[in-house]
Amino acid sequence: MTDRLLVATRKGLFTVVRKGGTWAVAGAPAFAGEPVSAILPDGRDGTLYAALNLGHFGVKLHRSEDGGQTWTELPAPAFAAAPEGGEGPSVSLIWTLAAGGADQPGTLWAGTLPGGLFHSADRGSTWSLNQSLWDVPERREWFGGGYDEPGIHSILVDPRDSARLTIGVSCGGVWTSGDRGASWALGGHGLRNEYLPPEMSDQRSTQDVHRLAACTAAPDRVWCQHHNGIFRSDDGGTNWTEVTANAKPAAFGFAVAAHPADPDTAWFVPAVKDECRIPVDGRFVVSRTDDGGESFEVLSDGLPQDAAYDLVYRHALDIDASGERLAMGSTTGALWVSDTGGERWSLISAHLPPVAQVAFG
Amino acid sequence: MPRVSFTANLQRHLDCPPAEVAGRTVRAALDAVFAVNPWLRSYLLDDQGRLRRHVNVFVNDRPVADRARLADPVADDDEIFVFQALSGG
Repeated sequence: MTDRLLVATRKGLFTVVRKGGTWAVAGAPAFAGEPVSAILPDGRDGTLYAALNLGHFGVKLHRSEDGGQTWTELPAPAFAAAPEGGEGPSVSLIWTLAAGGADQPGTLWAGTLPGGLFHSADRGSTWSLNQSLWDVPERREWFGGGYDEPGIHSILVDPRDSARLTIGVSCGGVWTSGDRGASWALGGHGLRNEYLPPEMSDQRSTQDVHRLAACTAAPDRVWCQHHNGIFRSDDGGTNWTEVTANAKPAAFGFAVAAHPADPDTAWFVPAVKDECRIPVDGRFVVSRTDDGGESFEVLSDGLPQDAAYDLVYRHALDIDASGERLAMGSTTGALWVSDTGGERWSLISAHLPPVAQVAFG
Repeated sequence: MPRVSFTANLQRHLDCPPAEVAGRTVRAALDAVFAVNPWLRSYLLDDQGRLRRHVNVFVNDRPVADRARLADPVADDDEIFVFQALSGG
């Protein structure tokens, strides 16, 4: 199991390590006081990447080659300048960072607000906009979910074939590519958005996908925590089956973690929909399916069951390669780890800043 | 030459000492600073070269009027101040 956890928060990047069987926050955070919006421990070469969203001074990107001891600023993904007099876009948030395939050393992907997908072939030293996705006509229908602008929050690279990509957009549906992003197809058949007018509820280009997660060993199995509920794909994101009816105690949530080896197992952190977004009855729980969404088990051992109002954002639940160790952090600044597939949780800290992402590595 | 100085809060992120630079507009003066300190540009301007929403630039005691193109004129003895609006928690 992985004994290091990176925790990206509203006020810095924390490293949490397990020593002698005990997890502890290791020293002061990197970027103390600054909002860290995304983190990527690149398992291919051990490099760490951290994206910041400096309130006044914009989006920044940093790289560490010594495990987070020192950081070097890189150029952040950015849109090209519009022709004179034009109203061009500007990156307002790096929402997610993803490593390319094992056969693509140095390749990184970045999902941003206002909906640009960026690619780097040189470990983040330079970035270019994926123009083909930016140019899909349906992008004009995308809208913001939680933010004013739409954003790309999930980037899945197929471990069998790194040319195959699946991305999730809030609110712009699921998109797939089979050619490293040279062209894109709109997936999401079977997703449904209850809050839209009935004639628009199955419009694929505006689906409110909260988060996608794929099974490493069976990457065609993708789980979607959607605004409306929980969906499962068996073909990498093109077609979906809704399993919302069996979810409990609620089908709403942001985060999902997929078991790396068992495609039928996934974890969710339920909350009351739509705008409420607090645990049901003040009891903070995780739900798990181990049968492909036919049934869900509520897991609460070690989690607060009275007057708890923790919410786990879409990137703040992670699972390590063992499939047994999970971590999650909340908007209330609590951090938990489980070594038992979610059966039992240990509180690591209740006093961190609001957590945007947790990542083993 | 106009003198450009920066809020101390920028120093948390990168070194940006006051500078005397050539330039007849705010844009030209800042471009001269960016020429020797290229990392500074993205801290003050967005992808389109517009002043970031929470960054303010004053010429002497006047806020710049043209936040998109920074075409406000500057004279040799003017001082350009770069601030930010502190807010939030």
